[in-house]
Amino acid sequence: MLMKLATDFMGWIDKRLPVTDAWNKHLAQYPAPKNFNFWYFFGSLAMLVLVNQIVTGIWLTMNYEPSGEGAFASVEYIMRDVDFGWLLRYMHSTGASAFFVVVYMHMMRGLMYGSYQKPRELLWIFGMLIFLVLMAEAFMGYLLPWGNMSYWGAQVIISLFGAVPIIGDDLTLWIRGDYVISGATLNRFFALHVIAMPLVLVVLVFLHILALHEVGSNNPEGVDIKKPKGSVKLEELSKFTFHKQYSDKYDIVDAVPFHPYYSVKDIMGVAGFLFLFCWVMFFAPEGGGYFMEAPNFTPANGLKTPEHIAPVWYFGPFYTILRVVPDKLLGAVAMFGAIVMLFALPWFDRGVVKSVRYRSKLHLVNLIQFAICFVVLGALGTMPATPTANLIGVIASFGYFGFFIALWFYSKNENTKPVPERIAD
Amino acid sequence: MSNVPVNNGRRRFLTAATAVVGGVGVVGAAVPFIASWNPSARAKAAGAPVEVNIGKIQPGQLIRAEWRGKPVYVVRRTEQTVSNLAKHDDQLRDPNSEKAQQPVYATNAYRSIKPEFLVALGVCTHLGCAPTHHAGDFDQFVEGVPNGFFCPCHGSKFDMAGRVFQGVPAPLNLVVPEHSYINDDTLLIGVAQGDA
Repeated sequence: MLMKLATDFMGWIDKRLPVTDAWNKHLAQYPAPKNFNFWYFFGSLAMLVLVNQIVTGIWLTMNYEPSGEGAFASVEYIMRDVDFGWLLRYMHSTGASAFFVVVYMHMMRGLMYGSYQKPRELLWIFGMLIFLVLMAEAFMGYLLPWGNMSYWGAQVIISLFGAVPIIGDDLTLWIRGDYVISGATLNRFFALHVIAMPLVLVVLVFLHILALHEVGSNNPEGVDIKKPKGSVKLEELSKFTFHKQYSDKYDIVDAVPFHPYYSVKDIMGVAGFLFLFCWVMFFAPEGGGYFMEAPNFTPANGLKTPEHIAPVWYFGPFYTILRVVPDKLLGAVAMFGAIVMLFALPWFDRGVVKSVRYRSKLHLVNLIQFAICFVVLGALGTMPATPTANLIGVIASFGYFGFFIALWFYSKNENTKPVPERIAD
Repeated sequence: MSNVPVNNGRRRFLTAATAVVGGVGVVGAAVPFIASWNPSARAKAAGAPVEVNIGKIQPGQLIRAEWRGKPVYVVRRTEQTVSNLAKHDDQLRDPNSEKAQQPVYATNAYRSIKPEFLVALGVCTHLGCAPTHHAGDFDQFVEGVPNGFFCPCHGSKFDMAGRVFQGVPAPLNLVVPEHSYINDDTLLIGVAQGDA
């Protein structure tokens, strides 16, 4: 009786909005390669962190006061006087760092298995746009506590726009809305941080997933699970039922439905992630001075620059590239260039073999040196600018850009291994 | 449909005209949104000139004043420091202050009205940090130059006239703001010499 009522109700809905169809298309009958490994946790984890940021962010705005006079005190108020305010804030601040950990791992996965290659270029670009908006979102969010590092970090980054020829000075004045960073800047960053950027982010994530489901998921082998229609013997076809949008066009092999197979696997990932996340959140919410920097426990002061201005750790790699260039304009160009290179990655790689498992030794070495350079650049970004650090920074910057240049040269005629037809059991 | 008379030329014209007029409307509607980001009238009014008492500054000492929310460094340079200024011209980006980082009346060897007093914004021309004043121990950064400013953020170096050294990220000399002297003991920042 109750079952029939539920079925009738869903039937009524489905005649008016294709809910069951969407559920099947994107979850219960979405063909996912059967060989996903550890690296495939990070996409769903990124969505989990996004939800965490949105929910805790909404709750923080309920007690936060976006003004030059009140911001710092209202954050202290949240920490001390609001019930569980400290927890909401630590969930949000730890979530910010966790977001970048997860996204960097997610991007590394893409690099290792060639998930940016044809036909997934647009999927990669949506991902890069998410990364870009995420950086803007994190940067603006860091100003809001109105601590002294918030203030001077924003001062340094906004001054970057002063490097633009001719209009630079007017541009920085326009961004700040004052002759220095002030309450006016804080207010507009608040508006962008809590409304504009999150909306853009959610739309981009939606498009990222739609584009993924259009081209289908890659996998650690880089072998396509969609074969031309009629090319696979009946007994070799996947035993599962997939949505007809996929099975009408292709013969699908070596695949399982996303739900329940990977939804359950991802719950495992979530459990492991939350274990680490909660450990940091409860026992080291300041992240040893890397998630929340010491000068940020004093209010913003436009007349007192902290001894050593360091960005939050996740901006480290790009910040180091900025400061190793002994020229203001060229430094800014190099920094933005580092991100442009990532956008253009699908076109730097002229190879057809996707996974690092079947590519040349040279590619493996190049990938490893890139990952090392990225970590080194990140570490240097949080340290003071000494001549030694500078020299290492220059070398690592060459390694970073060299990855793309070298890739373009060797990928055309790369000495790859034969790629199997099917994903092995 | 095929027997419906269509004037393609008129249709194209109307489509283009609608698009252009609509585009103008969009641009016009964007103006208030963009212009509202400019400094407000209140922010502009807060940029009034400030007076600084310089009578009690000891030779070699630096004091900070605040003008338009920015730190202004006022240094009473010793005679030794003033005479040293000319000795490291070859290590500077812009030794003769050719770039307009100072008012005309401060475009000289000292970048100031009186050789004794340096008045400059304590804002690094690289990315806006506040350079630190090193009196006597600046030669750890530039050999043979005892006094100067070092920016802790990205290592830019300036001499005691606020002139930037070569090989650092900062592209320009420190800004010398408009300033004037009301009397021997009082400096006015924000008003040009002769306008007061």
